[in-house]
Amino acid sequence: MTALTLDRVSVSLGGARIVDGLSAEVASGEWVAVIGPNGAGKTTALRAVAGLVSYEGRVRVLEEDARTLARKHLARRVALVPQVPLIPGDITVRSYVMLGRTPHVGYLASERRSDHRAVDASLEQLDLLAFAQRRLDTLSGGERQRATLARALAQDAPILLLDEPTAALDMGRQQQVLEIVDRLRASRGLTVVSTMHDLTLAGQYADRLLLLDGGRLVASGTADEVLTRALITEHYGAEVEVVDAPGSGFVVVPVRRPS
Amino acid sequence: MGLAAARIWLPVSLAFLAAAMLAGVLVGPVDLGAVNVVRATFAHVFGLHSPLSGSDDAILWELRLPRVILAVLVGGTLAAAGAAYQGVFRNPLADPYLLGAAAGAGLGATVVVVYAPASSLTGDLLPLGAFVGAAIAVIAAYVLGRSAGGAAGPAALVLAGVTIASFLTALQTFVQQQHVDTVQEVYSWLLGRLATSGWREVGIVLPYAVVSWLVIIAHRRLLDVLSVGDDEAAALGVNVARVRLLVVAAATVATAAAVAVAGLIGFVGIIVPHTIRLLVGGSYRLLLPLSVIVGAGFLVFADVIARTILSPAELPIGVVTAFFGAPFFAVVLRTSRRPA
Repeated sequence: MTALTLDRVSVSLGGARIVDGLSAEVASGEWVAVIGPNGAGKTTALRAVAGLVSYEGRVRVLEEDARTLARKHLARRVALVPQVPLIPGDITVRSYVMLGRTPHVGYLASERRSDHRAVDASLEQLDLLAFAQRRLDTLSGGERQRATLARALAQDAPILLLDEPTAALDMGRQQQVLEIVDRLRASRGLTVVSTMHDLTLAGQYADRLLLLDGGRLVASGTADEVLTRALITEHYGAEVEVVDAPGSGFVVVPVRRPS
Repeated sequence: MGLAAARIWLPVSLAFLAAAMLAGVLVGPVDLGAVNVVRATFAHVFGLHSPLSGSDDAILWELRLPRVILAVLVGGTLAAAGAAYQGVFRNPLADPYLLGAAAGAGLGATVVVVYAPASSLTGDLLPLGAFVGAAIAVIAAYVLGRSAGGAAGPAALVLAGVTIASFLTALQTFVQQQHVDTVQEVYSWLLGRLATSGWREVGIVLPYAVVSWLVIIAHRRLLDVLSVGDDEAAALGVNVARVRLLVVAAATVATAAAVAVAGLIGFVGIIVPHTIRLLVGGSYRLLLPLSVIVGAGFLVFADVIARTILSPAELPIGVVTAFFGAPFFAVVLRTSRRPA
């Protein structure tokens, strides 16, 4: 089953074409990483899927046109974890994760027992039960990222959009977060679309990569098809070596040529 | 937090309000007695015989009680509207006058005082002029803000409010400069007062206040969702523009009604919600109902001080709310042990 279909999706912001005729399909349960240099349109493409920017073309979510879905119904299908979530000053981790239940609660209603159960399950899956009553702004960067993931998980949406989920995390935390996402994908049958700057990690965790440049899709396929020296040099303007590390996939190494 | 905090703070705040109301009806040149006051109030409500003498009963029923109830309605409205504005605009300095309600009401009142000088007529027209002025100002700010940058979110609305307020204040100053003989009257109105002519003002504010409180409190969960920003709230399925419009409309209409009968009473909309935040946290689930209750009690106490401290003269209540409210807020800010 196709979870997500983008059909010639274009987004213009302030007169500039940020995403230009992007077409792609994501199968249910698949992890697709959207890569590309700064300004390639990765984040904007995710925001279009989440219904946060207006776009031309068509986005289909679980076989339904996203435009015909009410905002609340779209949020029941697609959960977005932004690159830099806005952390409210005075909120406990549990209350923050409870915000993920918003699309399941009536307009002026209160949360029900099932919502509390969903929050407990999310906190447990992300190993946050011990932090539940802590203020969110007292957590470390890695713990906050887990709380944001828990919020998205509580949303109970089958499609998870992650915008740079490992930005501002150290190497160990990056691996931990991506392992958690992979585990959740398996246990909950989630479809994951993530933008990623770290090409090595993108190649290791995603089933397929979409390479964007200037808003256009310039390459797509598995890691060995997209993570080539020629493509990276052409679109990132970077000098790299791509090393095939047996058992770990491809490792993209920046190289400095003697001048 | 949450339910446990509500179990403590709701009774505490209700006790504060009850104490304020009792002080409001008891304090004055004529001693009515606490028991008599309570019995007489019940007698009026249930159509029984009042234990107070005719003149004392009139002091209670025609002077003190309507004034206390008016303070409850105005104080609760200003505090709830302030908290609601701070939530929808995610701006801790937002107050009920943010979108130009004060400036609009000021211009409306000035126009009435200047151009309808017949005193009996002025009494009727002044609240109407202030209400219409406030409503027009906020609608103009909303339309301007939306057209200037709906996508820019709350910042465009706040800037539009500042623009409209500046323009209307300039107009008001101009009108006042042309009619300097009315400055005293306009100025005393601007500083706020709760002197009533009985239950009439209560009747004007009551429906707006109650509807506004209900609408604002009903949105308490959604105001918590807005705390993560417009984008994330939208991604969580919230129609941010609709929530903002409904809450702002409810807060503004009630504020306009409050301003119409009580003038401009500052600080309540800022001090009360922030004091509650420092004590119980920032969740709007508890903040909004507590703002209504504590704001009501705060203004009743402020009015008691306003009418007794220079008795028989009265101090403008806006002076009292600022004079006592600001240092009190400073003490709460310093002694609060909650982490920043």
